[in-house]
Amino acid sequence: MMKTNDVILQSVTKVVVFIILTLAIYLFFSGHDAPGGGFVAGLALASSFVLMLLAFDMETVQKGIPVNFRILGAVGAMFVLIDGVGAVVFGKPFLTQAFKEIEIPFFGPIEISTVTLFETGVSLAVVGVVVTIILSISEDV
Amino acid sequence: METVIIILSGILVTIATYLLLSKNLIKVILGTAVLTHAVHLLIMAMGGFYGSSVPIIGENSEEYADALPQALILTSIVISFAVTAFFLVLAYQVYKRTKTTDLKQLRGFRHE
Amino acid sequence: MLPIHLAIIFPFLTALIILLFLRRFKKIHLGWLVLIVPTILFIQLSTYIPKIASGQTFRNEMSWIPTFDINFLTNMDGLSLIFGLLITGIGTLVILYSIYYLATDPNVVQFYIYLLLFMGSMLGVVFSDHLMVLYVFWELTSISSFLLIAYWYQRKGSRYGAKKALHITVIGGFFMLVGFLMLHHLTGTFQISEMITQADTWKNDPLLTWIIVFVLIGAFTKSAQFPFHIWLPDAMEAPTPISAYLHSATMVKAGIYIVARFTPIFGGETIWFLLVSIIGLLTLFWGAFTAIRQTDLKALLAYSTVSQLGLIMTLFGVGSLSFHPQFSLEGTLYTQAIFAALFHLMNHSTFKGALFMIVGIIDYQIGTRDLRRLGGLASFMPISFTIAMIGSFSMAGLPPFNGFLSKEMFFTSMLQLKEMNIASITSLQTMATFFPIIAWLASVFTFIYCMMIVFQTFFGPFKIQNEEEAKEPSFGMLIPPIILGSLVVFVFFFPNILGDHIIKPAIYSIYPNVTADMIGSISQWHGFNTELKMTIGIIVLGTIIYVYLTYFKKVYIVFPRALSFDALYNNTLDKLDIYANKITNFYMTGYLRDYIAFIFSFFTVLLLGVFFYVDAFAFSIEGDATINIFAWILVGSIIIAGMTILFASSRMTAIIVNGYIGFAIAMFFVLFRAPDLALTQLVVETVTTALFLLCFYFLPEWEKEKPARKTKITNIIIAISVGVTFTLIALSVKSGRLFESISTYFEKSEELTGAKNIVNTVLGDFRAFDTMLEVIVLFIAGIGVYTLIKYKDKVEVKHDENE
Repeated sequence: MMKTNDVILQSVTKVVVFIILTLAIYLFFSGHDAPGGGFVAGLALASSFVLMLLAFDMETVQKGIPVNFRILGAVGAMFVLIDGVGAVVFGKPFLTQAFKEIEIPFFGPIEISTVTLFETGVSLAVVGVVVTIILSISEDV
Repeated sequence: METVIIILSGILVTIATYLLLSKNLIKVILGTAVLTHAVHLLIMAMGGFYGSSVPIIGENSEEYADALPQALILTSIVISFAVTAFFLVLAYQVYKRTKTTDLKQLRGFRHE
Repeated sequence: MLPIHLAIIFPFLTALIILLFLRRFKKIHLGWLVLIVPTILFIQLSTYIPKIASGQTFRNEMSWIPTFDINFLTNMDGLSLIFGLLITGIGTLVILYSIYYLATDPNVVQFYIYLLLFMGSMLGVVFSDHLMVLYVFWELTSISSFLLIAYWYQRKGSRYGAKKALHITVIGGFFMLVGFLMLHHLTGTFQISEMITQADTWKNDPLLTWIIVFVLIGAFTKSAQFPFHIWLPDAMEAPTPISAYLHSATMVKAGIYIVARFTPIFGGETIWFLLVSIIGLLTLFWGAFTAIRQTDLKALLAYSTVSQLGLIMTLFGVGSLSFHPQFSLEGTLYTQAIFAALFHLMNHSTFKGALFMIVGIIDYQIGTRDLRRLGGLASFMPISFTIAMIGSFSMAGLPPFNGFLSKEMFFTSMLQLKEMNIASITSLQTMATFFPIIAWLASVFTFIYCMMIVFQTFFGPFKIQNEEEAKEPSFGMLIPPIILGSLVVFVFFFPNILGDHIIKPAIYSIYPNVTADMIGSISQWHGFNTELKMTIGIIVLGTIIYVYLTYFKKVYIVFPRALSFDALYNNTLDKLDIYANKITNFYMTGYLRDYIAFIFSFFTVLLLGVFFYVDAFAFSIEGDATINIFAWILVGSIIIAGMTILFASSRMTAIIVNGYIGFAIAMFFVLFRAPDLALTQLVVETVTTALFLLCFYFLPEWEKEKPARKTKITNIIIAISVGVTFTLIALSVKSGRLFESISTYFEKSEELTGAKNIVNTVLGDFRAFDTMLEVIVLFIAGIGVYTLIKYKDKVEVKHDENE
């Protein structure tokens, strides 16, 4: 696709991508008790990739992140399914989530929940799909 | 406020319908995008705007905003994104094959 | 002892096993394996004969859809046993025959699977005691018959015949279903045996007439009664074993079974008597009359089957009179008619089966079954000739064959009708006089076509080119017709073995009050009575007409083919095709705008209409939240933005404005205290806009649309009415809350799931299934996009080749 050579955009991107990534991770973990969650996190992650794609050309991005995003999407969907089936294995209805509060030194009580697995799946699927869509279109010139 | 929002979404639906009736493929896609916005507003309005705090427990409030429509809309947003993306690529491919985005010319078109 | 369920399921199971494991089975002909099924079943059913004869019945129950009171109920009594024995007995012979007939056919696997499918469903029809189960099996027989007729699907005639049979029998079956449902409504039960015991309680219900008509349409279509008989001759495109089995011995008798089964329920109704007997008589006459016209041996046999079925039907019609309140005294007389009917039913299966098999042999050996090209075969094929003669003479009602006995009984029943006071239940006083006359005339025609089979095929000049072919087939192929032929003779000399052990128990199941001494037995010699004189008259007149057949055939000029029911059927089908096409093409324009216009207008009119009709409009702003200045600004800006999209001259403007609407809505979400939504909406809108821009890089700038004024106005009207409908309904819904919100439940999220963010809890815990499916939809869309783009290469290469 279009080869950009915008130095300002590229320099800014290098910094901003990390900010977006941090935001995405924050959104992901805060989703339990505050605004955020798997979807937004996934979308934020995806948008950072989109930004990179806009700033650099595709080859560079692909070299930097050697991930097949289609498979990433599939893995995400798998996570969601595994989480669902997991409940069945323990004799609960499909997709029942479990949670437990545990005490960790210095951090205080932390909740461990199977929702995290579920949300990971959602995020990965969103990232995988969004980037796949954008990549396929831009590849096709 | 609910009434106003409903009327607003009604106007958006009118615009979206007009766009859908167009013969330009891109306008049709735009129409679906606008329609999605209208529906989101509608769901929101149907839930009602009571509640003084965000639906996050522990916000020092007894009355939370209705969480159910929000969850519905969240799902809808993501799906409509996927659908729009698919439409766009479809339009793009149609144009590549047929060199037109005019639905009237596409009538009965078979690529073989 | 084998439960009857298993007897029904056994053929289906075998078919499944063949399908799964034996498709490549080549060592011996598959038929030998299939042969085991009906043989076992026949032996098994035979063991029931003494028990059934002593008055026992066997019931079984298996739950199927208990919520709708649909259970797999079976009931075996004398009547179903007769049919069961026919199905399995003739089935055994036919399969044995087919092994030779289809010795070199490559598709025998399909043939036997269909055949087993049919056998199972036919057994299901006769043994089930539940109306709905019966109906399912009934339709299954139609379907398997369709598959079997179309077995040689490469032939046009096969496809035509199969479709015709399916159309007619399934439409009839549908009528029957309606009748059954009405019957259920009337009686409150699905069980036939229960209906029979309660038959008196709803004798005079006005619904009964309709039920009778609908059920009879089902029975008549299946049993090829006039005017639905037209499918049977075309069904002769099937392989001959099938014609012998389905289209003469078993499936076409399903309708007769229904009539017999329901006689105790409907028997007392005058309309039942009139319909069954008159249609039967008409079919008897018309079938025999038309058979003479045929030149194809199988078509001739088909019409003769139609005619014989009519004969049996007539007898059941007359027999039903004994349930009529007017005739309770003379009732037993009419049981004779039923006795004759069942007797003839069995006889017909034997002689017609034998005849079909012989015709199959002639076709197989010589390659034609056209009467005009056949002749003089008697000396080349003596065994076939003998069997054909036995079969034909039996059908013609001549001694010493079983057909003679049942034919005499048929005449007896017809003559008795005259002695009864039919006028007391119907205004057709003269009917009683006409019955024997028409029956006699039909029998004359029957005699003639029977003679045609024998004399035109086996006597006269030998016309076949290749004398090598005119010889007997392998002995195995002759065994089944020989068995049937011997039965024809055997039954004549010892009719009461059949009568006492099989037919009488069947009569008890139709007439529970009848005892053995009331029926009497079959005898070959009744003295020189009217019936015998009628037979002699048939022979005399029949011979005369046969001799002058070429002159007689001029009669048929009066009945042009263009006015036949066949032509009606074909025309209806053709016209249906043409008009359906026209109507569909009228609205299927291929233009998206038209479809959307249709759909939207339809729903607008429908919804507005319903809302007006039930007066559901409501409007109230009570309980609305207060609106602040930010909201007003947002509302105003969104409206302006929306208008801009409509009038945008460049697509770039439109996209950016659409993005603006998205962001404004994100702002709304902030106002509505929905932080998750606001976040998501912002990011999604960004990515969507980027996507739009990316695609637009490749798409053309949009041209200024100049739609015709009329289209534009229509579009505006549709758009506005959709918007108005939407708004009105939404407002009405909002104004009248019917029940409390369920959302408070989700506010317990912390104790239930340990999470504080309610929206995320709904997504991840309470409604996780939705979210899972959503992820899958998203994934499918992603894969869709990917494929759509990667797919191009292949097509483009193909495209180039074409150019």
